Amino acid sequence: MSGAGRAAVTPTVVARRRARSPRQVALKWAFLLACIAYFVLPLLGTLLFSLRSQPFLSAFTDTLNDPQFYSSLEYSFVIGIVTIVVSIVLLVPTAFWVRLRLPRLRPIVEFVTLLPFVVPPIVLVFGLITTFSRPPLPLTGSNLGSDVLLVCAYVVLSFPYMYRAVDTGLRSMDIRSLTEASQSLGAGWLTILWRVILPNLRVALLSGSFLTLAIVVGEFTIANFLARPMFAPYLQLISGNLAYEPAAVAVISFAITWAAMGAISLLGRGSRSKIQVGGAR
Amino acid sequence: MAFLSLSGIRKQFPGGQLAVDDFNLDVEKGEFVSFLGPSGCGKTTTLRMIAGFEQPTAGSVAVGGRDITGLPPNRRDIGMVFQSYALFPNMTVADNIAFGLKVRKKPADMAKRRVEELLDLIHLGGKGGRYPYELSGGMQQRVALARALAIEPQVLLLDEPLSALDAKIRIALRTEIRSIQRQLGMTTVYVTHDQEEALSLSDRIVVMSEGRMEQVGTPFEIYNFPATSFVAKFVGTLNVIEAKVVDAATGLVAADGQDLRTAAAIDGASSGDRVSIALRPELVTLGDLPGSNRLRGTIRDVMFLGSIVRLRMRLADGTPLLFDTFNNPHLSLPARDDEVTVSFPAEACLVLEREAATRGPDIVELGV
Repeated sequence: MSGAGRAAVTPTVVARRRARSPRQVALKWAFLLACIAYFVLPLLGTLLFSLRSQPFLSAFTDTLNDPQFYSSLEYSFVIGIVTIVVSIVLLVPTAFWVRLRLPRLRPIVEFVTLLPFVVPPIVLVFGLITTFSRPPLPLTGSNLGSDVLLVCAYVVLSFPYMYRAVDTGLRSMDIRSLTEASQSLGAGWLTILWRVILPNLRVALLSGSFLTLAIVVGEFTIANFLARPMFAPYLQLISGNLAYEPAAVAVISFAITWAAMGAISLLGRGSRSKIQVGGAR
Repeated sequence: MAFLSLSGIRKQFPGGQLAVDDFNLDVEKGEFVSFLGPSGCGKTTTLRMIAGFEQPTAGSVAVGGRDITGLPPNRRDIGMVFQSYALFPNMTVADNIAFGLKVRKKPADMAKRRVEELLDLIHLGGKGGRYPYELSGGMQQRVALARALAIEPQVLLLDEPLSALDAKIRIALRTEIRSIQRQLGMTTVYVTHDQEEALSLSDRIVVMSEGRMEQVGTPFEIYNFPATSFVAKFVGTLNVIEAKVVDAATGLVAADGQDLRTAAAIDGASSGDRVSIALRPELVTLGDLPGSNRLRGTIRDVMFLGSIVRLRMRLADGTPLLFDTFNNPHLSLPARDDEVTVSFPAEACLVLEREAATRGPDIVELGV
């Protein structure tokens, strides 16, 4: 049978290959090269520009020796991690409940999670400052209060990415059967979420978390208006005073981003098949 | 006193759809009861109400004399096996089985011992470290069964657990399920639309249709003495012959111009009325047996089914009739277009309700 299948398929494939004219092939390559150039050239330009500093690599060494670089990066990562934790605590039970019990509300919840695309960060931060700079909740009056506002704003900004990631992860599972199986074994809602749903959402949560972290680390408007020592305002600050260092910082931040992506793909490796539920093999 | 008791159960969904109505059932401790019926008859909804996943609109569920109608599923102490297995993909086989024990905070060494026992019981000893995706469908369902049994539930519910498996594994696994259930004396409710499964597994069968119980009885009673035309038609293969009442008091009818006798008087009918006579293929014998009902017809088809041979004949008025004979290498079978006579005892004739006569097909074939 396979032989027959091969005999039937092979001439079609050959015919298709023959049908591609040199012009089509050239166009395909040109498009691919244009895409590569679009992504690589700005990075390459930034890297080359940063290497023009004298002495050689001084932009990188100066950046890496600047304590503010580390403190802003550390602060951004801490805020990012808190944002991720709050987002997960808020969105996983919500998405789970909507899928399990309130499927009719899904379009509404999806719309709400997409609102950050419609409302610009500047509007969001002005709203927050106006509301929380006076009693009964004068949060902008203290660093801790401002941090709380910052995290809340970033949680909102992360909605579209985190909710979508969680929802996609839930879609790949038979959550109804898993939930009912857990319940019949005596598990309550917290146990179900903690021991059954969350572990099976690992990959989805990792990608949602990564996107959230990337947004938090790169976000400027809200951090700047709330006067928090985040990485993006730091980058803006050194851009105004120095020539090559901002380019070096950009290259370093790209390297950190890629390292994070590599870590995610390593952590997520092999879990795809484990998420498969039911069905005879 | 019944161990599992369902009283006046009714379920109406918010859209107004009545899924289950007036369902009353008492199940004894250690009994194996199957809910049998076509899709949408309410059998799974009833099972889900026992499990606590659905709340009845009216009525109550009691286990061991305790009303559990208002209890959430995780506090009912009822194990359930699902059609889709519902094994936790992030856990190994052993962790899946131990899940309920961990939730109940049982000591680790006790849980480990119990897992080993159950792995042996389901013949998967040594496979505790595997993940569900590394097992075949049959193995996964055995793990699901072990997981449900691990917590030693008061009642075990199985929702079409064999539907996703191929025929051979299905037969092997159903024998295994029954053997384990007997071994543990577990009160079990089994949902299926497969009559062969229900007939072979159950102590009692509840046949359901359109949310109502049609009949409750042993497999023998359900098959041989169906209480309604629905049960007669749904369970097994059935010939339905249109007949005219000749003498209701003596149970004499005429079909295709030939006289037939039923075992008893035909209640509520008078001479000239039309009735439907149901006849199981295995009760019809090829040949002219003295003292039996006889029908003549032409052979249209001979189907070899292994242990039995099924013959399809047609009466002069066009009514088809199926009958079976055991396979025998020395058997001389009639050929297509041969004229034959078949015989059957008066006791084989079931008079169906008049309503069924207008809507029923001539042959209802649901299995061999």
